[in-house]
Amino acid sequence: MTLRDHAIRYGFIVLLFGLVAYFAIAADGFVSPQSAVFIFQSVAITGVLALGVTATLVVGGFDLSIGSVATSAMMAAAYVMVVLEQNAVVAVVVCLLIGAIVGLINGWLIVYMRVPDLLATLGMMFLLVGLQRIPTEGRSIATGMTMPDGSVANGKFGDAFLALGRHRFDFFIPNLIPVSVVVLLVLAVLIWFFLEYTRFGRMMYAVGSNERAAELAGAPVKAYKIWAYVISGVFASIGGILLAARLGRGDIASGNNLLLDAVAAALIGYAVLGAAKPNAFGTAVGALFVGILLQGLTMMNAPYYTQDFVKGVVLVVALVFTFALSGRGRG
Amino acid sequence: MVGNAVFRVEGLRKSFGRNEVLGGVSLDLHAGEVTVLMGANGAGKSTLVKIVSGVYERGGGTMTLADQDFAPNTPAEAIRAGVVTVHQNINDGVVADLDVATNLTLDRLSGRGVPTLFNPARVRREAKAVADRMGLAIDLKARVSDLSLADRQMVAIARALAHQPKVLILDEPTSSLSSAEADRLFTLIDRLREQGVAILYISHRMSDIRRLADRIVSMRDGVISGVFDTKPLDYEGAVNAMLGRKIHLDQIVARNSAKAVLTVEGLRIGQGAKPISLTLGDGEVVAITGLVGVGKTALAETLFGVRKPLAGTMTMNGKSYAPRSASEAIAAGVFLVAKDRATSGIVGGFNIERNVSLPFLKRMSNLGVLKRRLERATARRQIEQLSIVCRSEKDEMSALSGGNQQKVMVARWMAQNAALFILDEPFQGVDISARRDIAAKLRASANGRATLLFVTELDEALETADRILVMSEHTIVGEHRNAEVDLDRLLAEVAGGPLHSAA
Repeated sequence: MTLRDHAIRYGFIVLLFGLVAYFAIAADGFVSPQSAVFIFQSVAITGVLALGVTATLVVGGFDLSIGSVATSAMMAAAYVMVVLEQNAVVAVVVCLLIGAIVGLINGWLIVYMRVPDLLATLGMMFLLVGLQRIPTEGRSIATGMTMPDGSVANGKFGDAFLALGRHRFDFFIPNLIPVSVVVLLVLAVLIWFFLEYTRFGRMMYAVGSNERAAELAGAPVKAYKIWAYVISGVFASIGGILLAARLGRGDIASGNNLLLDAVAAALIGYAVLGAAKPNAFGTAVGALFVGILLQGLTMMNAPYYTQDFVKGVVLVVALVFTFALSGRGRG
Repeated sequence: MVGNAVFRVEGLRKSFGRNEVLGGVSLDLHAGEVTVLMGANGAGKSTLVKIVSGVYERGGGTMTLADQDFAPNTPAEAIRAGVVTVHQNINDGVVADLDVATNLTLDRLSGRGVPTLFNPARVRREAKAVADRMGLAIDLKARVSDLSLADRQMVAIARALAHQPKVLILDEPTSSLSSAEADRLFTLIDRLREQGVAILYISHRMSDIRRLADRIVSMRDGVISGVFDTKPLDYEGAVNAMLGRKIHLDQIVARNSAKAVLTVEGLRIGQGAKPISLTLGDGEVVAITGLVGVGKTALAETLFGVRKPLAGTMTMNGKSYAPRSASEAIAAGVFLVAKDRATSGIVGGFNIERNVSLPFLKRMSNLGVLKRRLERATARRQIEQLSIVCRSEKDEMSALSGGNQQKVMVARWMAQNAALFILDEPFQGVDISARRDIAAKLRASANGRATLLFVTELDEALETADRILVMSEHTIVGEHRNAEVDLDRLLAEVAGGPLHSAA
């Protein structure tokens, strides 16, 4: 391998370690279990969404609806528990169903109605942003709220559900690791194994790289594409469940940044280890990278409003890595 | 015949890198005459057209138009000088979202001296003049995207003719037209011929050629291999000049097969085509040959389950065989190395190993989890078997030569045992040594399956097959055992004409 190959392959990882080393020296308390856990926690929901969208990127598609699927799931969870007064299990099942159904509809629009992926999922995003506001006439959902018909909603978030957002597992130190981080890690390993080590994941890559070749090799291309959107939808709804559990209410104004952050993480992932293609490991590293950078900058007193700018810079640099340097970038 | 040539090409050369595509082509076009240019894929037709139309720079030789030197640097210059080309892809010649009138006058919308403001009335007036001259009966306000393919073609040609060309080049204009639509095009061409336009018509369709040609020029391997201008035209001679044998190859020993693997009866693969019946035997290598566009790929795809036949039955090893998808065909043991590996074979994101294992992942996995060691061993075995030149099974496909890429495609499907192994144009873009390797491998491993090749080049059929079938107009018109083949009869069948000898 030439120097250039090395730079492409390990450049981003080296950058990541360099960043950690820099913050370790420059920012007090950056190197501590609590700080590390905080970084993971800050990227957990984004990371889960990013892993989902990675599946659609693998089949050569894109899912713009993940952010609104997550917020719709959050609102649905709140509605089910607060207004319909159901328990946590029902709320979780409803959320997952919403994710799966939206994914199926996205896949159907793209595969059978031949709507281009960006447009189909953009339309779905719009639809969901509006839909989640209709049942409560645009209000956020919390215990004791007044419903449009004048009645008062008396249900409340179940303890089991809130635990998803608040419980911490012991890990050497008591009460260290939040549930959301465990969910992120488990899902990351699952999707990584699925994409790298199963024939289904392999075929999804083949579909994304050359659809006709995959079809002539006997792959049910349409089914794989639809499945990718279902995975994306379900992952997004899991993100929504974690969001609802963290907030403890159905907040109409939250989750605005989820889509962009998740897509950025997945695209940064292209640059990790010179993959030049969507991959679960890269996506996880991409999400972490953004989390570390923001945590470090925050601890060095960088103002909050610079955050999006920093994320944007990281994304652009990563994309240059992928497309210009490796010279085999295919979207 | 008309006297002097309007357009004359002398000793035209062109190389890409070390690869010489045109080796001194000389060609005359006469006013009021249709010259048909025939040539197999890779003969250099499109390169010639691109040089003449100003897309490529020539590597040597001269071109004259009406006794003046003709050296276009851009397509626009060629058009202005009066040499107009209608390319094969119809949609390249029209802008689908604009109306017919704007399309007809599109070339007047840019360039020096054109008013900045768009004047719809003037455009419509000019367009009407163009349409009338051509006898074009299409609503000028219709959007091109709403028109049929044939109408679009007419618009593309009319647009080309708005320049009042001296020379018109039509590159396979009927390849996507029905025969009724083609008739309209022929009427138009007749009219242009009367108006004294010199026409170069590139086609593989013998019916077009019979209908239109005043002269036929055959091309092969970058040179003109035959000019036919005495009536009646010698169509078989032209096909022979285009496809005929250039070198004497070692004769193969043709084998016979005792046991039928696939029996096809009454299969119809095209509207109005005669039904196909054939039997492929165990251990036998059969080549189906014929010109481009006679339905070879359609037949291959029908056998592989990705295209539905209009009628007919297939029997495989005694059982009824009616695949509805590629995966059903694969399950039945029918494998296809598809034509054009870049678009329908190679997965660019995968290395050799993963390209080889692609169709058989199910057989190489356990509960969905891939057996990577088996996958690697298979790839290594196949690389060895087909002597693929590479550093390791982890090499990217883009690092391989065309011949080795094709070997990977063949290796992919030879990794498991087939009942029927179909290869559609397996030697396209493959160097001679790789082609020999593949052919030898196919013959050596032929026992236990039926092997079916689709090739346009006769040489390829003659050097690999035990039996040669000839296709024309979506059906099979001839059969030859590959031992002392009657080449005259074979060429006549390819050319689709009445047979000289009793069949």
